[in-house]
Amino acid sequence: MGSVFSLQQIVNGLQLGAIYALIALGYTMVYGIVRLINFAHGDFFMVGAFAAYGAFYLFNFFLPPGGCMAFLVLIMAMAGAGAIAMIANKFAYRPLRYKPRLSSLVTAIGVSMLLEYLFSATPFIGPSPRGFPELLKKRMFLIGGAEISNYVMIDLLVAAVLMIGLTLLIQRTPMGKAMRAVSQDKDAAKLMGIDVEKVISFTFLIGGSFAGAAGLLAGLTYPRIQPYMGILPGLKAFIAAVLGGIGNVPGAVLGAFIMGIAETCATAYNSLLGEGIAFVILIVVLLLRPNGILGEKTADKI
Amino acid sequence: MDKFKLPRLAIAGAIFYAVVQLLILTGVLNGYFVVIINRSMIFVILAATLNLINGITGQFSLGHMGFAAVGAYVSGTITTLVFKLSPHVFGDNLIFVGAILLGACAAGVVGFLIGFPSLRLKGDYLAIVTLGFGEIIRTILNNIAYVGGPRGLLGIPKFSNFTVIFLFTFFTIVLLRNLVQSSHGRAMLSIRENELASELAGVDTTKYKVLGFVVGAFFAGIAGGLLAHLLQIAHPTQYGFYASSILLIMVYAGGMGSLTGSILAAFSLTFLTEGLRVGIDWLRDSVGIPIGTEWTMVIYALLLIFVMLFKTEGFMGMRESKILIIEEKHV
Repeated sequence: MGSVFSLQQIVNGLQLGAIYALIALGYTMVYGIVRLINFAHGDFFMVGAFAAYGAFYLFNFFLPPGGCMAFLVLIMAMAGAGAIAMIANKFAYRPLRYKPRLSSLVTAIGVSMLLEYLFSATPFIGPSPRGFPELLKKRMFLIGGAEISNYVMIDLLVAAVLMIGLTLLIQRTPMGKAMRAVSQDKDAAKLMGIDVEKVISFTFLIGGSFAGAAGLLAGLTYPRIQPYMGILPGLKAFIAAVLGGIGNVPGAVLGAFIMGIAETCATAYNSLLGEGIAFVILIVVLLLRPNGILGEKTADKI
Repeated sequence: MDKFKLPRLAIAGAIFYAVVQLLILTGVLNGYFVVIINRSMIFVILAATLNLINGITGQFSLGHMGFAAVGAYVSGTITTLVFKLSPHVFGDNLIFVGAILLGACAAGVVGFLIGFPSLRLKGDYLAIVTLGFGEIIRTILNNIAYVGGPRGLLGIPKFSNFTVIFLFTFFTIVLLRNLVQSSHGRAMLSIRENELASELAGVDTTKYKVLGFVVGAFFAGIAGGLLAHLLQIAHPTQYGFYASSILLIMVYAGGMGSLTGSILAAFSLTFLTEGLRVGIDWLRDSVGIPIGTEWTMVIYALLLIFVMLFKTEGFMGMRESKILIIEEKHV
């Protein structure tokens, strides 16, 4: 331990990467379909954390803590963030669909600010950080010299299940087929009888709910939540999506894990470097390989 | 024979200066209002220069306050840490102007560096890179102990007064106006309209995109220096993403590409901020409704969304006030 590249750092990096991956998937899906960098996506993640927080104290009245309750809280976090994402799409992005792209980007910044400050202005939530409840008992395992908690396993498991579900959704269902079609050519898809707006709305729902799940996992793992918690993870997940090739689903996951490991290792080396590594990666990727690692495989784009 | 006529902009500037100065001398405007007017003018510089980058050249910068931070810290370091200047010594005021210009040059150099990615990146990618640059500048400032780190640079002498800020703002506007309405400005506008077409028409797009960033950053550096010497503190959080988004609201609400719009928006939003702050304090302390200053930002966010949804081109659109249009010489 103590070294920059120990097993412990890799495990911590994977855990962080799993959270980034869930956020990055939403970015990349929305980008693939409407070519919009949804700046508010990090705030959907925050909404998910607060929805989980609220759901926990609601369920606490009539449910014993444990796996069943944690599952329900996860559902609530996903539903809350997914609903906010759909609402944002309907009222803020949809009217600008055929205007210049930069106007929806600016609107996305507006939505992001609105969510952050609305949450910190709401009396029950407020700007100061809150402790996140311990949904499940934390246990530690010692595996190969690294301390691995059951939270690491939960984070990775939830992320894996959701990602497999997403892959099946995209590859095997009619809605997934429609999503792929819209991402390839919106107008042609419309001519083929696909309800493009419905597909976009569904994409926001899925992307938002993944961010919500990430919010719950982040609350569980780093138990402090506050209204501005989404800004940095959102930005880093976006960078992960760019690193993997934006619009590319496997790329987003790959980029997120690279990002998570790079960040934990860099932080172990020097905290300033840890803060800045994401932007260094971004600038290097954009200058050397703007399409990202998997960017050329257009067939998998959704 | 043509009679010599003063340009309209000079007249408008002189009237504004004389009226405000008169109101200050007669005591109608107290110190509080003077501070708001000074801040508004600094925001005029910031919004107008961001407009040069975003509105006129058609690039997208989200880290404009990062340039201001460079200007603020460089000039603040010179006046506070290197020379320990005092506003009451005449010679020191000259060094202060030199420090501001040096800070602006430093910001210009940073703008040059940030202009480079703009050669390869467009729209949303550029937005993220500039946002990243702004955050990197903030992180670096947070970690330099010499300039105070996270405490900020404290005890900066108060050199910025109404006259100084007015003169800098006025010259910035004159220069920007002349640039925008020159052939260089038209070249920049053509990049915004269609980069490929303008390149085919022989516009050196590389040069003009970098030029937009350098000029924008230079004047943002001036604004940062003035702000630091007005508030007497330079703090990393003043220059974060939050501050840059307020500039964005000013540019988009005012109108992309309209200097008039940026000037009006900078004044009205600075006054709106103060008005909302007073209103919220009143509701909380006198009426007893427990609300916080966050509501100001909620209103700003809604304003930005509504402007984009219902008035995408901003309140002024591309139009300029007659005052800001260079007069043709008739023979």
